[in-house]
Amino acid sequence: MKHFLLASFLAGAIALPAAAADYSIMAPAAPGGGWDQTARTMQNVLQQEKISNRVQVMNVPGAGGTIGIAQFASQQKGNPNALLVGGYVMVGAILTNKSPVTLKDVTPIARLTGEYEVIVVPSSSDIKSIGDLVAKLKADPGSVSWGGGSAGGTDHIGAGLIAKAAGVDPTKINYIAFSGGGEALAAILGSQVTAGISSYGEFESQIKAGSLRLLAISSAEKIDGIDAPTLKESGLDVVLQNWRMVAAAPGITEEQKKAIATDIEKLAKSGKWQENLKTKGWMDTYLSGAAFDEQLAKDIASTETILKEIGLVK
Amino acid sequence: MSTFEFLLQGLASAAEPMNLLYALIGVTLGTMVGVLPGIGPATTVALLLPVTYQLDATGSLIMFAGIYYGGMYGGSTTSILLNTPGESASIVTALEGNKMARAGRGGPALATAAIGSFVAGLIATLALAFIAPYIVKLALVFGPREYFALMVLAFVTVSSAFGNSTLRGLTSLFIGLALSLVGIDQLTGQNRLSFGVPDLLDGIEVTTMAVAMFAIGETLFIAAQGAQAPDKVEAIKGSVWMTAKDWARSWKAWLRGTVIGFPIGAMPAGGAEIGTFLSYATEKKLSKHPEEFGNGAIEGVAGPEAANNASAAGTLVPLLTLGLPTSATAAIMLAGFQQYGLQPGPLLFATNPQLVWGLIASLLIANLMLLVLNLPLVGLWVKLLTIPKPWLYAGILVFATLGTIGANPSVFELGMLLVFGLIAYVMRVFDYPIAPVIVGLILGPLAEQQLRRALSISQGDFTVLFTSPIAAVLLFIAAVALILPLVLRMRGRGDVLTQMAASED
Repeated sequence: MKHFLLASFLAGAIALPAAAADYSIMAPAAPGGGWDQTARTMQNVLQQEKISNRVQVMNVPGAGGTIGIAQFASQQKGNPNALLVGGYVMVGAILTNKSPVTLKDVTPIARLTGEYEVIVVPSSSDIKSIGDLVAKLKADPGSVSWGGGSAGGTDHIGAGLIAKAAGVDPTKINYIAFSGGGEALAAILGSQVTAGISSYGEFESQIKAGSLRLLAISSAEKIDGIDAPTLKESGLDVVLQNWRMVAAAPGITEEQKKAIATDIEKLAKSGKWQENLKTKGWMDTYLSGAAFDEQLAKDIASTETILKEIGLVK
Repeated sequence: MSTFEFLLQGLASAAEPMNLLYALIGVTLGTMVGVLPGIGPATTVALLLPVTYQLDATGSLIMFAGIYYGGMYGGSTTSILLNTPGESASIVTALEGNKMARAGRGGPALATAAIGSFVAGLIATLALAFIAPYIVKLALVFGPREYFALMVLAFVTVSSAFGNSTLRGLTSLFIGLALSLVGIDQLTGQNRLSFGVPDLLDGIEVTTMAVAMFAIGETLFIAAQGAQAPDKVEAIKGSVWMTAKDWARSWKAWLRGTVIGFPIGAMPAGGAEIGTFLSYATEKKLSKHPEEFGNGAIEGVAGPEAANNASAAGTLVPLLTLGLPTSATAAIMLAGFQQYGLQPGPLLFATNPQLVWGLIASLLIANLMLLVLNLPLVGLWVKLLTIPKPWLYAGILVFATLGTIGANPSVFELGMLLVFGLIAYVMRVFDYPIAPVIVGLILGPLAEQQLRRALSISQGDFTVLFTSPIAAVLLFIAAVALILPLVLRMRGRGDVLTQMAASED
C-alpha cells in the first residue's frame, strides 16, 4: 500500500508543474515521434535559455495530429500560454481526414525545422539512378512499389508528385504505407519494395553504411554533404520539404501573438537550439510572420491539388 | 578488443557504487511509474528520460536502462494483483496471474514473473550482445507475406487456447476483429466506422480496451454479486515464495518464453504482444496440468512474462544494428541516444563500441537490480489483497480511470472505458471469454495490413502468399494445428480432447 501511495505521489509530482507552467506545448502525436521530439527539445531549450521558467509538454496522439489540433483549438481558445507543434504532415492529414478543425483555427507562429525527402533503393537493386526508376515507372507504374510512411503523409505526397512530374498518372502509383519509419526501412532493406521515400534522417546511417543507394533529394538546391542530385536537376519539377512549425491558440490578442513570436524567435536563434538541431540532424528552416503565412497558404493549396490527383481527397 | 572484453569492461564500469545507485534509482522510478495502469513503458521512459540528462553519459545510460526494464516489469504487477494490465504486453499475464492471486498464490505468481523476467532478460541481453547481427538478417527476410503467415499461425494457436466453447471463443474474437476496423485505414488514409467522431479516428486504444475488459468488467461483476460474494480474497495460502513444484513448472516456461519472445521482438513488425500470445498457447499445449489453465496455472504467468521481457531486449536488436526504432519505446530510446551523441545505425558497433557495450552491461545490471528490488517487495505487494473488497475494487476503479485519463486525456476515452466495461460485464454474465476480444483487436489490424501490403506489392497475385519458403512453412504449421484436432476427434479419440476443453475455464 505504501508503494501505491508513493506511486500516486510520483504521478502527482509529474503532473504538478502544469499549474506553474509558463508555456504548455501540445505535441499532437505519441511520445517518440518527430513532433514529440520537437516539443521536448523546445521545452529543454526554452528552460535552459531562461526564455520561460517552466514548460510542460502534453501528448495528444492520433490521426496525423488532427485529434490534437481539434482539442487544442477548442480547449485553449484565448490562452496565451498554450503552444501547438505541427507540421506538413498535418496539412495532408487535415485534408484526408476531412478534419473540421484546420490550421486556420489556430494561430501559426513560425516554421522551425525541416527535412527534405530522399528516394532510395537497396544497394542490391539494379536501379542505379533516378532516371532508371522513372523509366521503370513510366513503363509500368504498378511495378514500382514505394515504401514510406502513413498514407497521405509527406512520403506518399512525394511519390505522387514524382509520378506527376514524370508524366505518369498519380492514381496508378503503387504506394505501400508502413507505420513508422522503422518498419518502412526494414521493408526497403529486405528488398520487399522497389524503392523507399522518406526524410533524409530516416535513411542517413544506412546510406553511409552503403546498404541503401541514394537516388535523389527533394531540395531546391544541392545540399552540402549529401551526395545526390536534386529531383529538379533530374528533370522532375518537385521540391518538397517536411517541415515542422509551432502555432499558438486561437483568439489571442495581437500583443499576445507578438510576445509569443518574440519568444519563439529567441528560441530559434539561441545557441542551445542550434546545437540541438545539429545533434538531431534537423535543418534550420526558421520562417515567421507574413512570409510564413504566405508559404503556408501555398503549401496547403499545392497539397490539396496533389492529394486530389492521387485520389485520397475527393 | 574482443566482444567479451568490451562486455567485461562495460560491466566493470557499471558495477561502480555510484552507477549501481543510479541503476537502483532508475529501476525504482521505472517500476513505480510502470505500475500505473495505462502508462506503458513508452510513456514511462518519455516521462523519466529528462531525469537522466543531469548525469554523465555512463550514469545516465545506466539509469535509463533501469527505467526501461523497470517500466517493462511494473505492468505485470498490476496485471497479477489487480487484473489491470498496465500495457498490452502484460494482458496475458492477467489471465492466469490474477486467478493465482485470488487463490492465495499471488506471491508465487509475482515471483515467477520477476524471476522469469530476469532469466529472459539475462538470456536475451546476452543474445543481443553475441548474435544480434545474425538475428537481424533473419528479421529482414520477414516481409508482408511472412508476417501475414505468422499472424495466421497466431490466430489459429491462440484461438484454440481460450475458452471452453469454440463458438463463444470465436464470437469474442470476431467482436475484437470488428472493433479493430474502427479508425483510419493505414494503407489508404480513409476513415472506417468512425461515424464522424474525431476520437475514433485513431482506432480503439488497446490499453483502454484491456483495462475496461479486465478491471471495469470484473469490478461490475463483483459488485453485482453483492452480499453473495465471498467477503475477502484469500490473500496468502501456503508460502509467499515459490515451492519446489512451482520452480519445476516454471523454468521450462521461462526458457520457452525467451525463445519465442526474443526473435519476435527483433522483427520490425513483431511486437511484444504476439510473443506473449504464442507463449501462452504453447504453455497450454505442453502443460501437464492443462486443467489448471484458466484457474491460475503458473506456467501461464511464467512463459508470457519471460516472452515479454525477451522481446523488450529483442527490440534493441534492430535498433542497435540498423538504427531501426520498431516500437514507441525504441523511438524514445533513439532520442535518448542522440543526447549522448550516439547515432544508432549499422556502424554503431564499429564506431562507438564503448557506449554500446556500456549499454548492454547496463541492461544486465538493471536486470539484476530489478530482481533485487522486486523479490523482497513480493510480500508487501501481496498484502494489497488483504484490503477489504469494497475498498480494493474502489481502488481498482480509481487507478483504471486515472491511468486511462493519464494516457489519453479525453472525455470520450473515459466513456469508451465505461461502455466496454459494461460490455465486458455482460460477456462475463453470459460466460463469453474476454481475452479473445483483445487478441482480435491487436492481431486483426496487423493481419489485415500485412495481407493487403503483400497483395499490393504483388499487384493482386494471391500465389505470393505461398511461394516464400518461410510463409509456406508457417502456414503449413497453422494448417496442421487447425486440422489435427479435427482428425483426432473424427477418429474417436475426441473424448479426451472434449474433456480437456470442457475443464478449461
